[in-house]
Amino acid sequence: MKKIEAIIRPERLDAVKDALSAQGMLGMTVTHVSGRGRQKGIALQWRAGEYRVDFLPKVKIEIVIADEECQIALDIICRAARTGREGDGMIFVLPVENALRVRTSDNGELCITNK
Amino acid sequence: MNSGDTAWLLTSTALVLLMTPALAFFYGGMVRRKNLLSTIMMSFAILCLISILWILYGYTMAFGPDVKGLVGDLSWFGLTGVGQGPSPIYASTVPQLAFVAFQATFAIITVALWTGAVVERIKFGALLAFAALWFTFIYCPVAHWVWGSGGWLAQLGALDFAGGTVVHVNAGISALALALVLGPRMGFKEGESMEPNNIPYVVLGAALLWFGWFGFNAGSALTAGGIASNAFITTNTAAAAAGFTWMILGWIHRRPSVLGAATGAVVGLVAITPAAGFVPVWAAIPIGAIGAAISYYVMVWRARSSGVDESLDVFACHGMGGTWGALATGIFATTAVNTAGSGLIDGNWKQVLIQIAAIVATAAYAFVVSWLLAKALKATMGLRVKEEEEAVGLDISQHGERAYGGVS
Repeated sequence: MKKIEAIIRPERLDAVKDALSAQGMLGMTVTHVSGRGRQKGIALQWRAGEYRVDFLPKVKIEIVIADEECQIALDIICRAARTGREGDGMIFVLPVENALRVRTSDNGELCITNK
Repeated sequence: MNSGDTAWLLTSTALVLLMTPALAFFYGGMVRRKNLLSTIMMSFAILCLISILWILYGYTMAFGPDVKGLVGDLSWFGLTGVGQGPSPIYASTVPQLAFVAFQATFAIITVALWTGAVVERIKFGALLAFAALWFTFIYCPVAHWVWGSGGWLAQLGALDFAGGTVVHVNAGISALALALVLGPRMGFKEGESMEPNNIPYVVLGAALLWFGWFGFNAGSALTAGGIASNAFITTNTAAAAAGFTWMILGWIHRRPSVLGAATGAVVGLVAITPAAGFVPVWAAIPIGAIGAAISYYVMVWRARSSGVDESLDVFACHGMGGTWGALATGIFATTAVNTAGSGLIDGNWKQVLIQIAAIVATAAYAFVVSWLLAKALKATMGLRVKEEEEAVGLDISQHGERAYGGVS
């Protein structure tokens, strides 16, 4: 099993969610996060003049997925989240030791697939 | 006694009282989230403190029997002899107690105004001490000069309908002195972003200030008639002209900012304050629009070049807005509106000089005495919180609370 942590533009969240759903990939956890990368910050309006904000709002999607489906999911997320401008985000993939469904105590890959 | 006048004055008193919690939200929205409660608390605690000091000795110092044109004596201490009958000197058609209550709300908000200069770093105890001292040694005497019977600026013929000098120049200049003694917030010189935590609060605060200001200005007629109506419509017009002007200035430089439009409306209200019951309605447009432009560019200069962390620009908004308003009163006042005052458009150019004298006297006194009081407090009890307390934020370090708590 793998965990995908995708940090993307908030406005691309719906597109990513829909594209994953179309492949039967339903489960995800979403968090509002702040961060920075090559895009650095942006300038916002103060009462008169402006000020810089160094951390920008992003959305972090976390998905735990079977090894053989991981690459498919990564391709889908990249395609759906991309605008081609700086600030599109980053994706990290981590190994996962185990998973449990709280309701049934099922564990392993059984509880992360919808099949 | 006139029941209509009394009803309007009591209603106005409640309107003006609302302006201090409104100011709490106006300022509270502009600070970082770790200092939201502390900023709100400054105005709220001052509301409690000054309400009490006012009836004990503030009213008699401001409006009591005159001592050499400088201050009222203490013969009305604790409102001794001030009762339900009218005061022949100040407001002959309403109970004097209604006038006492109306004026209390002015003292309260004036003290709360300069707190915008010291947010996010002052010790709460020092804030309360400075508030009491400032009220005693600056607000009460200056209110006496301009509004008290026998006050020297009143004798000189200075026109100040609802407090351009007493309230706005006074608080705005004092804010500058206090910010200079207190020093900038940590990270200010390094250009750290001080992001406002809640701009909707600022707009809510500005809207409630605008609403309360009808009591402030139209209530200052002290009667429910033509002059109150003139003050009411000039107040609304100036706020609108200034809010719109500020929005356009922001747009020219970048975007039409919401924070800017809300700020502009408040500056327009400041500028029309001394003029509201003296000037024709059309004059409220230039008074608001020019006031907004002056305040806008002073704010740009303060933030970019001055190096002074007068954090929420009380000087630019109230000091400059009040100065322009007091000057504009000398220009646009006409006996066609109010027989009590005529200005340059009536051919009375001397009024402009009298207005300048009132502005300079108020500003000089407020700056020097505020600076001395702040220095004295700094040397004794200290003004600033510790560095780690400032880093954590004043909500936790001064009040043991946080604005947005909990996970669920």
